Amino acid sequence: MSIVSSLKKKLAKTHNSFIKRLAEIVQLSGRVDEELIEDIEDILIQADLGVSITGKITSRLEEQIRLQKLSKTEQVYKALENIIITILHDEYKDVDAIDFNPEEKPYVLLFIGVNGVGKTTTIAKCAQRFKNNGKKVLLVAGDTFRAAAIEQLEIWAKRIGVTIIGQEYGSDPSSVIFNAMQSAKAQSYDVVLIDTAGRLHTKINLMRELEKIKRTIQKHISDAPHQVLLVVDATTGQNGVQQAKKFLESIPIDGIILTKLDGTAKGGVALGIKDSLQIPIKAIGVGEQIDDLKDFDATEFVKAIFE
Amino acid sequence: MFESLTDKLNSVFSKLKSRGKLSEKDIKSGLREIRLALLEADVNYKIVKDFIKSVEIKSLGERVQKSLTPGQQIVKIVNEELVQLMTCDVEEKPLPKNRTSKLLIVGLQGSGKTTACGKLALHYKKNGYEPILVAADVYRPAAIKQLEMLGKSIDIPVYTEDTTKVTRIAKGALKYAAKEFRNLVIFDTAGRLHVDEKMMEEVEDLAKVISPDQILYVADAMTGQDAVNSAKEFNERLDLTGIILTKLDGDARGGAALSVRAVTGKPISFVSVGEKLSDLEAFHPDRIASRILGMGDMLTLIEKAEAVFEEDEAEKLQKKLQKNLFTLDDFLDQLRKMQNMGPMDEILKMLPGSNSKLMKNIKVDENEIKHIEAIILAMTLKEREHPDIINGSRRHRIAQGSGTSLQRVNQLLKQFDQMKKMMKRFSKGHFDMGKQMFPM
Ligand SMILES: Nc1nc2c(ncn2[C@@H]2O[C@H](COP(=O)(O)OP(=O)(O)OP(=O)(O)O)[C@@H](O)[C@H]2O)c(=O)[nH]1
Ligand SMILES: Nc1nc2c(ncn2[C@@H]2O[C@H](COP(=O)(O)OP(=O)(O)OP(=O)(O)O)[C@@H](O)[C@H]2O)c(=O)[nH]1
Ligand SMILES: [Mg+2]
Ligand SMILES: [Mg+2]
Repeated sequence: MSIVSSLKKKLAKTHNSFIKRLAEIVQLSGRVDEELIEDIEDILIQADLGVSITGKITSRLEEQIRLQKLSKTEQVYKALENIIITILHDEYKDVDAIDFNPEEKPYVLLFIGVNGVGKTTTIAKCAQRFKNNGKKVLLVAGDTFRAAAIEQLEIWAKRIGVTIIGQEYGSDPSSVIFNAMQSAKAQSYDVVLIDTAGRLHTKINLMRELEKIKRTIQKHISDAPHQVLLVVDATTGQNGVQQAKKFLESIPIDGIILTKLDGTAKGGVALGIKDSLQIPIKAIGVGEQIDDLKDFDATEFVKAIFE
Repeated sequence: MFESLTDKLNSVFSKLKSRGKLSEKDIKSGLREIRLALLEADVNYKIVKDFIKSVEIKSLGERVQKSLTPGQQIVKIVNEELVQLMTCDVEEKPLPKNRTSKLLIVGLQGSGKTTACGKLALHYKKNGYEPILVAADVYRPAAIKQLEMLGKSIDIPVYTEDTTKVTRIAKGALKYAAKEFRNLVIFDTAGRLHVDEKMMEEVEDLAKVISPDQILYVADAMTGQDAVNSAKEFNERLDLTGIILTKLDGDARGGAALSVRAVTGKPISFVSVGEKLSDLEAFHPDRIASRILGMGDMLTLIEKAEAVFEEDEAEKLQKKLQKNLFTLDDFLDQLRKMQNMGPMDEILKMLPGSNSKLMKNIKVDENEIKHIEAIILAMTLKEREHPDIINGSRRHRIAQGSGTSLQRVNQLLKQFDQMKKMMKRFSKGHFDMGKQMFPM
């Protein structure tokens, strides 16, 4: 059974068990009451949504229950689902997904995030998607710091069958990226995927380095990087919001890629990030293999919360 | 977030004024904030529930120490409870040097295992061991190369084998260690999800072959609510011996530490505070407790206040203040005591509410206190007890006798007056000292 289909199955089970619980509570008391709200609160907290956004969601729900006189389990769940989806989705946008068939050329994507979240692996997964669409892809080994970071990306490049550009360890990432951008233009690559070293958002010098990287890219293409993607580990707790906030101070972020959703973590912190900073989730990682990247689906995401 | 939380707690606590014993109401409102603080710090919600319940029972009827407000008293109880939970009663036995010890390092993907292996190798090398590293992650691209590079940087051999059977690698590594007279073997393993049955079986098999002295679970300090699920499963499968908490160099509050500790019952053996191999430290339960509470400064203040102001003395002082019998001698005494607590501006910074803009511009000149001391010592005992009698000519005399100026004497008398008001409020549980203390 593939991971995706097992995930789907898990999601279905999840959803049903919550609905059943909801039904029990509603039947028991004959109405939607405090106990139900508390139960929902626990579920949301457990999914790492955090205290404040959980409070926001449940008070909106209570209001809707009152105003619309919701009394059926399905109605309550639907209302809850809608409240959360509204937070996740901008009304004016159909999809938040990454465009794997971009018109600009070279289309430049920069991957950033704290240590060990899955940046390099996610780049490999994206590279495969672009390659599948017939794009000429260039990987850039912008992590010149971590032991074997370059070899890691090299191995992926070889597996996928795309080119990689890098320099030796300890060299300035901006210099690597400068060269890569030059090659990308000269050899007319369609897509450039730039890896960066994991960095904690609290390290000011490393945040400055990101700003320099952005300026370097813009020396070649003024409106690049076309996508700056913040990779967030789904097991991350409330610190995720702080991460996004601090990264955002150094570079505009187009979207979140939420990795490691194949575990038992729900990644609810991404909701907090969306709510407070308006950064949408664009894709999710559901495994360590090359095809374990999925476009973000808000409905599925919300269902998974109510396991 | 950090500041606003502390501020919030302060505002709740400053409303609690009752003295004597902690009332149920005090406890309820105090613990509500503590609960939020713990949740914001990512402590698992079930653990928070249990914890709050036990603290509630412990605090009911507890006497409020005179030097503390009820709010501070609750924080103190919560903190002590947290520290106790994080402290391990059994002392960890040091690894023997006269035979080969084996460490197995496990955990989720990207938590920092490989880096931790390098750190442990360096740590034990510094302590006179002769370690080798074993690359038993056969999945992640360049995982072996990563360990090799780390090993090379600290001059420690790395055992590798070109196979995907990790038990075979382990057996080979143990043979190699014996042959080379190495007394410590550190096994790096692949990151794995606790729900990945095949991978969990693999590491169980590996543990059987190695029979390690220690199995250390590497947990990321930024982990949220899910920390309990993974740690629990790893512990059930492998009977861990300890935990390494990584990435504490960030600003995560680290509630996962409590979650993982509570759910496994195993000690946190080390903390990792950076990417460099030297960034490994011993674990301090008190530090992590105050980090989780997000109230480190207030806790430090509570400790210091406790140490300096003894109970009955605080009581005496309070009575004096209430009866308006607070003298310049007492003032000097207090000043000296506060000096013992540390540099003035630091104490002020530690006071709750000191994050507010007001406190930020306060700078206390330590020299100023020496002047104050000189001035008060130049007064007669009567003057010290009844500052009201200090008229113009007395002021001149005091200025001369203390080698200061008339202006300074005037200033001090004004400050004393303000201090008296401030102390009165302080004793009532208010902490909004504002600038009044040393308006310089
Ligand atoms: N289960 C699971 N593991 C993942 C996923 N994405 C990445 N990983 C694993 O997480 C670990 C870290 O991934 P990397 O891609 O090296 O992370 P990184 O952000 O580049 O790390 P640094 O460069 O060291 O900061 C690896 O073991 C990956 O295989 C995912 O979606 N699910
Ligand atoms: N800031 C910081 N980074 C750390 C710390 N410990 C490890 N890292 C970084 O976290 C990332 C992942 O570390 P690894 O040691 O590769 O993690 P791992 O658990 O071996 O990862 P997998 O083998 O892929 O499961 C790397 O970028 C490390 O440099 C730490 O204490 N602080
Ligand atoms: Mg990487
Ligand atoms: Mg590793």
